[in-house]
Amino acid sequence: MSSLFGARVQRVEDDRLLRGHGAYLDDLGPDALAAAFVRSPHAHARITGTDVSQAVAAPGVVAVYTYDDLPPRLAEPLPLLIPHPALTHGRTPYPLAHREVNHVGEAVVMVVAADRYLAEDAADLIDVSYEPLPAVVGLPAARAAAQLVHDDVPGNLAANAVQERGNTAAAIAAAPNVLELDLDIERSASTPLEGRGVLARWDEQSQRLALWTSTQTSTGVRAAVAAKLGLDLAQVDVITPDVGGGFGVKIVHPWPEEVLVPWAARQLGRPVKFTEDRSEHFVASAHERAQHHHVTVGYDDDGRILGLDVRFWHDNGAYVPYGLIVPIVTSTQLLGPYKPGAYRVEFDSLYTNTVLVTPYRGAGRPHGCFVMERTMDAIAAALELDRTVVRERNFIQPDEMPYDQGLIFQDGRPLSYDSGDYPAMLAKIKDLVGWDKFPQLKQAAAAEGRRLGIGLACYVEGTGVGPYEGAHIVVETSGKVKVATGLTSQGQGHQTTLAQLAADTLGVPLTDVEVVTGDTRRFGYAVGTFASRTAVTSGSAVTLAARKAKQKALRVAADALEVSAGDLEITDGKVQVKGDPDSGMSLGTVAVLSNPLRYAFDDAAKAATQFAGGGDPDRPPVAPGDEPGIEGRAFFSPVRSTFASGVHAAIVETDPDTAEVRILRYCVVHDCGPLINPMIVEGQIHGGVAQGVGGALYERMAYDESGQLVNASFMDFLMPYVSEVPHAIEIDHLETPSPLNPLGVKGAGEAGVIPGAATLAAAIEDAEGIPILSMPLSPSDLFELRQAHDRPGAQAATFPAGLPHAG
Amino acid sequence: MSAAGDLPGAKPPGEELHEVRLTVNGEVRTVRVPARRLLSDCLRHDLGLTGTHVGCEHGVCGACTVLLDGAPVRSCLLLAVSAEGASITTVEGLAEPGSGLSPVQQAFRECHGLQCGFCTPGFLTTITAGLRENPDPDDGQAREMIGGNLCRCTGYQNILASVHRAAELMRAAAPAGPA
Amino acid sequence: MKPRPVGYTRPESVAEALVALATVDAEAKVLAGGQSLVPLMSMRLASPDVLVDINRLTELSYVRVADGQVCVGALARHTDVLTSKAAAAAQPLLGKALRFVAHPAIRNRGTTVGSIVHADPAGEMPAVLALLSGEVRVASAAGERSIPAGEFFLGPLESDVQPGELALEVRFPVRPAAAGTALAGTGFAEISRRRGDYAVCGVAVLAWLGTDGSVGGARAAYLSVGPAPVVVDLTDAVAGHGADAASFPAAARLARARLAPGADMHATVAYRRHLAGVLTERALAEAVADAREKAAA
Repeated sequence: MSSLFGARVQRVEDDRLLRGHGAYLDDLGPDALAAAFVRSPHAHARITGTDVSQAVAAPGVVAVYTYDDLPPRLAEPLPLLIPHPALTHGRTPYPLAHREVNHVGEAVVMVVAADRYLAEDAADLIDVSYEPLPAVVGLPAARAAAQLVHDDVPGNLAANAVQERGNTAAAIAAAPNVLELDLDIERSASTPLEGRGVLARWDEQSQRLALWTSTQTSTGVRAAVAAKLGLDLAQVDVITPDVGGGFGVKIVHPWPEEVLVPWAARQLGRPVKFTEDRSEHFVASAHERAQHHHVTVGYDDDGRILGLDVRFWHDNGAYVPYGLIVPIVTSTQLLGPYKPGAYRVEFDSLYTNTVLVTPYRGAGRPHGCFVMERTMDAIAAALELDRTVVRERNFIQPDEMPYDQGLIFQDGRPLSYDSGDYPAMLAKIKDLVGWDKFPQLKQAAAAEGRRLGIGLACYVEGTGVGPYEGAHIVVETSGKVKVATGLTSQGQGHQTTLAQLAADTLGVPLTDVEVVTGDTRRFGYAVGTFASRTAVTSGSAVTLAARKAKQKALRVAADALEVSAGDLEITDGKVQVKGDPDSGMSLGTVAVLSNPLRYAFDDAAKAATQFAGGGDPDRPPVAPGDEPGIEGRAFFSPVRSTFASGVHAAIVETDPDTAEVRILRYCVVHDCGPLINPMIVEGQIHGGVAQGVGGALYERMAYDESGQLVNASFMDFLMPYVSEVPHAIEIDHLETPSPLNPLGVKGAGEAGVIPGAATLAAAIEDAEGIPILSMPLSPSDLFELRQAHDRPGAQAATFPAGLPHAG
Repeated sequence: MSAAGDLPGAKPPGEELHEVRLTVNGEVRTVRVPARRLLSDCLRHDLGLTGTHVGCEHGVCGACTVLLDGAPVRSCLLLAVSAEGASITTVEGLAEPGSGLSPVQQAFRECHGLQCGFCTPGFLTTITAGLRENPDPDDGQAREMIGGNLCRCTGYQNILASVHRAAELMRAAAPAGPA
Repeated sequence: MKPRPVGYTRPESVAEALVALATVDAEAKVLAGGQSLVPLMSMRLASPDVLVDINRLTELSYVRVADGQVCVGALARHTDVLTSKAAAAAQPLLGKALRFVAHPAIRNRGTTVGSIVHADPAGEMPAVLALLSGEVRVASAAGERSIPAGEFFLGPLESDVQPGELALEVRFPVRPAAAGTALAGTGFAEISRRRGDYAVCGVAVLAWLGTDGSVGGARAAYLSVGPAPVVVDLTDAVAGHGADAASFPAAARLARARLAPGADMHATVAYRRHLAGVLTERALAEAVADAREKAAA
């Protein structure tokens, strides 16, 4: 039996999904009442009155709730999930707005009716009166603080945080060369194809709540909902259905709807379901990406960075339930594969009257990578050096691993890189994209009037963060292997990759293994799916649990076969003497034998009953300290993150007339250690690259100065179709295993998106000869930059008038 | 505050119901729905065929695409009443019941053309119709074929591979032509 | 996003439809393709009292060439027009523009007449109608009338179709009058952010040759540059030029001078205006080449 580790196994999830038999949230609960919300049309306003009388009487309406209807626990702000000492002014929303609304889309009234159509009709009849207040939109307005989002937060400042390694000011002062740059990334969002949704059933008889929610963390939701509803954890089951994509937005919890819907279900004694529609998703979930950075870098004549000072401003939207993770990740991951002599990073996290900001695939790394890589390119340009040469000179070398960057990472632990080979990955990308041949290509194209450019960007990604994940494995008497882990799936193929690990470790066919994720009934201790952590944490836990189960199986079989456990192996679901396929017994039989029975429930079980023979009458059937059954339960808790890395390169062509950008080639070199399923990893890279391209050239949340989201639909929020992504994504792999987990793996989920903006900005700049310091870049933006560049002193209008700019 | 509301599930008085007969996946189905009932909701909730998904309700994402008299249409942009008499194929109707996957479905499986699976039904119906019309698409034609469907997970690379693989599978299954 | 309650009637004949449209003292909207109307209803931006569903009026699903016109009935889907060999032979500009209308699934249901009545300034077919000086035939209980393209588009999403009227047919001239006796070539160019999106800027062009084989004249209709399609006579800028000219910068200059496009999140005024010039040259070059081919044939 060949190993499944590293095999391009087809996914076990697919058959069901391809037949249209998926069970996404809205597919469930056909008998449930439907919830809809009245949401604030204003970015900032005081609520002066709410009249629900007409709604209450509307056809099909069962209940209408405002803040005043909420019990004490729900009448408090929702939890601040990740506190941090620097987050001195953290504010979170109420489940239903209380006195004030702080962004368009904030929930004010909940309607529960027979179906969604009727609920929306009733919502139409609700009259909320507002006294509009000035809206704070965009970083300049937030910083200027002429108006405040929250009355008790001076300067709109949620947090200010500094990390420093070395004496940066001195290093820069002493440096022979200094550069300053202003760099902007604008707001985008995860935008999975399926929005949020929650279904709740309260069982009055057993006093238990069953909650289905389209989430990335079943245990997180359970804990939060139990706390908010005053229930014991044991009274709450959270089951994650099929999830139509997450990309970060579904890690936030509890959403207002996630506490209100179960509360209503209990109040009404009826199941209640909320399915978010697309309009709502734009204004009532979460965004990410808006940051403005000021860089001061001191470097020597070889391009080595002696001191790097980054000051940035992060737009966290109206509330910060997820804390400071995004700016902390930017702060730390900005360093990438480099070792500047000294580094100082300071950020302000600022409130604006816009949708809250929580991690989106990459979670602050795309911004950090953009800043670092544009800085590298600027240094190269100033010194007239090849851009790869400057990078090479700044790399942490393989023999310097593990390398401690001297900062604290987003998991509260030292930012210490465990392994990686940056020179090797750079060499690979140069080879793949043809870096050294490109100048000829560019010249030949120029002769035909075509503008070509090449760019590259390196990144390092801390993956597999803790605190832990766990797994439970049971071998049933049929020989089937049931695996459960607590984190969740949103399309990453966890049921397949984790089954590969379990099958490999135990020695059973893949088809005998079934994996369940994200169901608190099956596994109750977990953290969630985010930060590219599943392979590392759940992968390791599944492997450790499978080893335990295997140990037990070998011991039980050894006893029964009267051989030593060391002489046995498990192959294809059979426990046999090594190299002797005719010996031994099926794993299912071993499971039977492992559980001394009084009652045989089928033929196979007879072998385990008291008169079946075998067993020592002077010893108890289950030895002290032992347990019946073939099970394994294990946890993996990483001491710190493990660092994946990679580099992307792209060749673009810009149209001299229309300023459109065409990607001619997109290359990826990717190191996430050994790959469990290369097909799945490549799929993750493809998807990430598409999001990187989207974020670089198409996607932007456009708020006007009154805080209205101007493009709250797929018509004007430009997620890429196939026509917008590169024709081919060329991938080469590198594998530097991690010493920090039993599998040696590193996370793969976010890598594809991290260097997208940096890579494409670099390539466009190379094609145009114009500095590209702000992303996304539309053809209109490029046109305006060209105009400004041709007329020195003129201000480039990167934006039509009336729309605030992050910078 | 609660309302002494109508019996949940009963249609409120005043909203006229229309009887609509549809042939869905070869079976004649009759529903009684208000005029405003979107075909997407009718398929999903009145007929229990939840394979057709709703991603935007403004016709852009394509997750709701079904075949109406063989042609791909957005079910979120159709009123159920307006589809009266039509023959509709949803993702549930692409494979023979109790048998293997259709060539298009099989291709997606082989090529890892789906990740979360939410957009997939819209692609499957679109490509099934597309390959019927053009069984041997070149790269550009394959891109045109899937050009109106959004996917957030796959970056489209493997979906394109699935189109070509499906064409291959269909060619292999076709009876041999004259020598 | 679900529509508000709405009344509904599905007439079996044009006469029945006209009666339905006339008798209501409430707001009635015609439902044909629904690709524009239904999402507006779902977003509750449009809430008619009654929908008059004309999808049973199959007698209106024709695409035919008659009397020097391509006649498109109210129920002809974009796809029907796109695949009509007769229409393609008679007036290729229709196909050139239709390729840019959204995506196939939208074209399979959306109607060409419907998109013209919808009068979206970013619409391709309204610009084509305006360029060709076509007309829209509408009927009401009171009778029929024809509205020339020049009088049809009143503003963004506003056409001259009155309450109680049903647009029955759109007519696109095969030999547009602007070209006189010459065979006009056509060109169409559009830039959108993503393939299939509404145009950031687009143009349809007619060009014809003079008796001496040089360019005789040209005319352009622009989309996404104002509240309605804008028609510009390019003749002054191009007449007399060699028909094998590679570019027509004077035409681009003329277009940029005549147009007053607005700004939105996808384009500044300057960029849009610039694009209008670029696209004018591209579509004009296509149209002139087309005219040369026709003259040679």
